[in-house]
Amino acid sequence: MAVTLDVNGKTLNVNSPPDTPLLWVLRDELGLTGTKYGCGVAQCGACTVLADGAPVRSCQLPISAIGPARITTIESLGGSHPLQQAWVKLDVPQCGYCQSGQIMSAVALLNSTPNPDDAAITGAMDGNICRCGAYQRIRAAIKEAAAAPAPAQVVAAAKA
Amino acid sequence: MNKSLTRIARGATRREALVVGATLAGSTLLVGCSVPEVLSAGSKVKPGAFGPFLKFAADGTVTVVSKHIEFGQGNHAGLAAIAAEELDADWSKVKVEQAPANAKLYGNVNMGGTQGTGGSSAINNSWTQLRTAGAAARAMFVSAAAAKWGVPASEVTVSNGVIAHASGKQAGFGELIEEAAKVAPPEKPVLKNPKAFTLIGTDRVRRKDSQAKSDGTARYTQDVRLPDMLTAVVAHPPRFGAKVDTFDAAAAKKVAGVVDVFEIETGVAVVAQSTHAALKGREALKVTWDESKAETRGSAQLLQQYRDLASGKTAAPEKNGWKAFDSKGDAARAAEGSNAVELAFDFPYLAHAAMEPMNCVAMVGKGPPKLIFGSQTPTLDQMNTAREILNLPGAVEIETLFAGGSFGRRSNFQSDYVVECVRIAKKVGKGRPVKLVWTREDDTRAGYFRPLTHHAVRVTTDAEGFPATWRHRIVTQSIMKGAPPGAPTAEIDFTAVEGSMGSPYLKATPIVDAQLITPDVGVPVLWWRSVGATHTAHVMEHTIDILARKAGKDPVEYRRALYQKAGANRHLAVLNLAAEKAGWTTPAPAGWTRGVAVHECFGSVVAQVAEVKLENGSPKVGRVVTAIDCGTAIAPDQIAAQMEGGTCYGLSAALFGEITLTNGKVDQGNFDTYRVLRNSEAPTVETYIVPSSAPPTGVGEPGTPVIGPAVANALLAIDGQPRLSQPFVRA
Repeated sequence: MAVTLDVNGKTLNVNSPPDTPLLWVLRDELGLTGTKYGCGVAQCGACTVLADGAPVRSCQLPISAIGPARITTIESLGGSHPLQQAWVKLDVPQCGYCQSGQIMSAVALLNSTPNPDDAAITGAMDGNICRCGAYQRIRAAIKEAAAAPAPAQVVAAAKA
Repeated sequence: MNKSLTRIARGATRREALVVGATLAGSTLLVGCSVPEVLSAGSKVKPGAFGPFLKFAADGTVTVVSKHIEFGQGNHAGLAAIAAEELDADWSKVKVEQAPANAKLYGNVNMGGTQGTGGSSAINNSWTQLRTAGAAARAMFVSAAAAKWGVPASEVTVSNGVIAHASGKQAGFGELIEEAAKVAPPEKPVLKNPKAFTLIGTDRVRRKDSQAKSDGTARYTQDVRLPDMLTAVVAHPPRFGAKVDTFDAAAAKKVAGVVDVFEIETGVAVVAQSTHAALKGREALKVTWDESKAETRGSAQLLQQYRDLASGKTAAPEKNGWKAFDSKGDAARAAEGSNAVELAFDFPYLAHAAMEPMNCVAMVGKGPPKLIFGSQTPTLDQMNTAREILNLPGAVEIETLFAGGSFGRRSNFQSDYVVECVRIAKKVGKGRPVKLVWTREDDTRAGYFRPLTHHAVRVTTDAEGFPATWRHRIVTQSIMKGAPPGAPTAEIDFTAVEGSMGSPYLKATPIVDAQLITPDVGVPVLWWRSVGATHTAHVMEHTIDILARKAGKDPVEYRRALYQKAGANRHLAVLNLAAEKAGWTTPAPAGWTRGVAVHECFGSVVAQVAEVKLENGSPKVGRVVTAIDCGTAIAPDQIAAQMEGGTCYGLSAALFGEITLTNGKVDQGNFDTYRVLRNSEAPTVETYIVPSSAPPTGVGEPGTPVIGPAVANALLAIDGQPRLSQPFVRA
């Protein structure tokens, strides 16, 4: 029984069993490997994607539970989203493995709170572990992106 | 210090040398060949026209080939900058490529020619090598341009990637590749005077991988997808040293997508068409374990045994007993004297917990054996693979990818997870790609931990409150004991004592009696970012603060006096810089208390002043002022990044990190039980670099061990309570 998903604006029929977590469908079946496995129990945030604009941990989300929700992954940001530009400008990544999840959490934050204060950043980002400890630059890059004039179409794409 | 101890002390900065020995010990030695010759036998990797480290493209791109893996340290930026500086390349056109496995071309100079990354040595061991490579290629392009233009080579300049002559002639590297490739490389390329550096040491030296690591395209082992590839998971025994007794694969084989289930040396492998199918297959598997040879002691029991050894309650075994790592003056007097400060410290096992759990892709049984993964020590991985498939080490191809962190975990004598993958791939055969995936729980429970460690310290002081006698006992498992049989062994496993051994505080103490014992325990242990310093820095630095308080002296002043006695000028310089920048002599911001610590490891010295407060009984760390002397600073922004990240890594362990075992079973599995530092708990680190013209030293590890004692010392100042064990916060 194929499950139909809306991923990055495309309607896709996927063959994985319905109990398969979205993470493994994205990675193994759809080849969208930017979304990472880190813990499998929604503790680390490396697998964060957006469902209708809200951050979700794809490792704990069976595809049968998604329904018509629009899924957005790191691949949809296009590489020059204001957050990605800030990430590059400040050389945020170290090993880089957690950064797709960090950025997707930050996208959701800025979409709902364009000028987040420290408490808002903590609230949005504390679920994303970075073992390299790039936290200080992550916070700085979110503020940098929030201050940058955001190209409307990029934000719109991320919201889609 | 006697002669043999001096020799050991020198070795402390060179644990890598033993890696080579261990590597060779497991191999067939070919008489008459050099080490790298043996290790690269069978390799098809060849250097290009400009040597192994540089490639030039017609579009003007310069590619620097990195013999070192990039798993966060930023070394690719620094390595590229070293070559680009001597080449006078246009930094914006410089790219970095990961070298294949070949010890002869890409051996680590500090590891005796073994290809590997560790001991914070990437920049240090490449310094002269890449400068020479850059200068040689530059000279070849200059010769080619001079010949083509009919002008003296001495009149040809290179600047920002442009080769030029006063006559107006100019060209980029890309336009002269063919001609330059024919020029014989100079025998002794002339290196720049460091004063003429225009790139090294500037903020222009930035990471080359930030874009790929911000848009999801950076490729890690976990992301490898190949035609016909299978994914494997393994059911491992619950205790170290246990083996499969029986297993029932019937239910597992019924799971859709599961292709095969079979026993390997380390457990039962489930091979499937997708990760999810493999995981479901493993859930359905029934395995019973033979635990007759398993380690069944718990960590609390082990720690009690360690304490009893250190206190003398339990006598040391005749074999593998106490060994002195520092001995000075009449050692017997270190046990005498009244009014001594006596402290006992405990440090738990720690998992590395890299974000990307261990994994590997292997192809065996058709064509040359090939591995694709984040190989930290390709030579060891080649050797261990070659042994499994009866081939020459050099014949094992390795494509090294980015790795999602390592912190030491990806380099071990057994290549544990690599060999596991190779065994599965061998069984699958026909060269079919197999990706071994470990879950977070597999990774946390697989061992290779920072060893459980106990220190007992007894210090008496002179009339001015400075150490007069210092008795030190360390009980910990030996990491180097994990080396294969036949490897050369040092009298002392310096990975267990580095940081206590060689400490300026011991140098400044007239009578020292310092000894190590390394009990045998069936829990695999390994280097964990900054290795011995993960515990010795805490012990030395917290002891010093306790002594300073007892003497009624300021901790910074007290250290200064000891560094002056010991002639520890670099320690003094970083201490002074950190104290100045932190405003040590001025009051801390309201509500905050400062703590200081200083430690040297991997050739660099780091001082930190941390501002700390207690919130609901838990330490909160705010501003952390860091000063580092790492010799010539190549990439200042990446040095700062390593201080920020290293501090978080050390703080995570100091506050929360702990692996415990109950009856031999690891109690933790995932981040819900193995707590790590999160964003809101991260400090704000400021980094200041001591100007230096000495060769560059490490930055990946030295930022890690200092924060724990700096926080402990601030907490001591807050509530007068010593912190004699890590972690400080327990659930």
